[in-house]
Amino acid sequence: MVTSITSFGRSGLYDWMVQRVTAVILACYTVFMIGYLAFGAELTYDMWTELFQCTAMRIFTLLTLLSFAAHVWIGMWSVSTDYIKPTGMRFVFQSVTGLLTFVYVAWGIQILWGI
Amino acid sequence: MLVSVYRYNPETDDAPYMQDIHIDIPGGKDIMVLDLLQLLKDKDPSMAYRRSCREGVCGSDGMNMNGVNGLACITPLSAVVKDDKLVLRPLPGLPVIRDLVVDMGQFYKAYEKIKPFLINDTPPPAIERLQSPEDRAELDGLYECILCACCSTACPSFWWNPDKFIGPSGLLQAYRFLADSRDTATRERLADLDDPFSVFRCHGIMNCVAVCPKGLNPTKAIGKIRNMLLSQAT
Repeated sequence: MVTSITSFGRSGLYDWMVQRVTAVILACYTVFMIGYLAFGAELTYDMWTELFQCTAMRIFTLLTLLSFAAHVWIGMWSVSTDYIKPTGMRFVFQSVTGLLTFVYVAWGIQILWGI
Repeated sequence: MLVSVYRYNPETDDAPYMQDIHIDIPGGKDIMVLDLLQLLKDKDPSMAYRRSCREGVCGSDGMNMNGVNGLACITPLSAVVKDDKLVLRPLPGLPVIRDLVVDMGQFYKAYEKIKPFLINDTPPPAIERLQSPEDRAELDGLYECILCACCSTACPSFWWNPDKFIGPSGLLQAYRFLADSRDTATRERLADLDDPFSVFRCHGIMNCVAVCPKGLNPTKAIGKIRNMLLSQAT
């Protein structure tokens, strides 16, 4: 048993599960967006605004945003523990990744509910 | 043909180097890489490599031949030589002791971690613990591992975290005991593996399956460990 305090959920199985569930959510959002943009009517500002004013779309987008944050953390944590061996450098890399992810989530929420 | 061999003697060399040797194969026969190494050793007795059974049973002569890990004794030249050239290197990722001889300590430590022995806390029977033919069949494809380290040293996750990731060989053995109907420590064994490194550093690239000289499938065993962890979780 290897103990680890910086991984997402402390358990390998939990991280593995979260990674897969969030991947499905990200895939659904991507497919929806591609479908909307490729097969919907020609995009106008009004249509785009209307789409994101819909509560269901806001919930779907927020879910995707949070999934993205969890997915990124697990993935980047994995990459950093593979390739960055000095603890100090790895800590800096993980801190920057965590901070950036948090900024994107907060910023995303502001944009979503600012429409 | 041209053979390029990794040479390093820590007593005399500052750094490892590749030694190019031209050699004619007697009778142009398709000999095994191990036989070729013997020819090279006849020329230069200082060359070091491990070997024992010379028939793919002991797992001593695992090495990297033209970029692919395998056992020298059961790999014919025709299977690895390209453009009349063969590059021989020690197994990647493990410390080199000398020439093609690597320090297997890290590999054995990973093996030790998975407790490679039967644990059974019930009173021992008078003669032996019996197993049905079906239960015994569960161990096929697992017990045949000869610990040659070809798989683990072909695995990038093992290269980066040999102290934390068990590696394909160790995990194949871990499943060998998880799958054994006579073992009663399944819960404890699984609890020891449920961290982000031991099992879950496997990203399923299947290098281990591609190089295993015994044709075993560690990736499949790792998938089964993951399923066992999943099915006992709530």
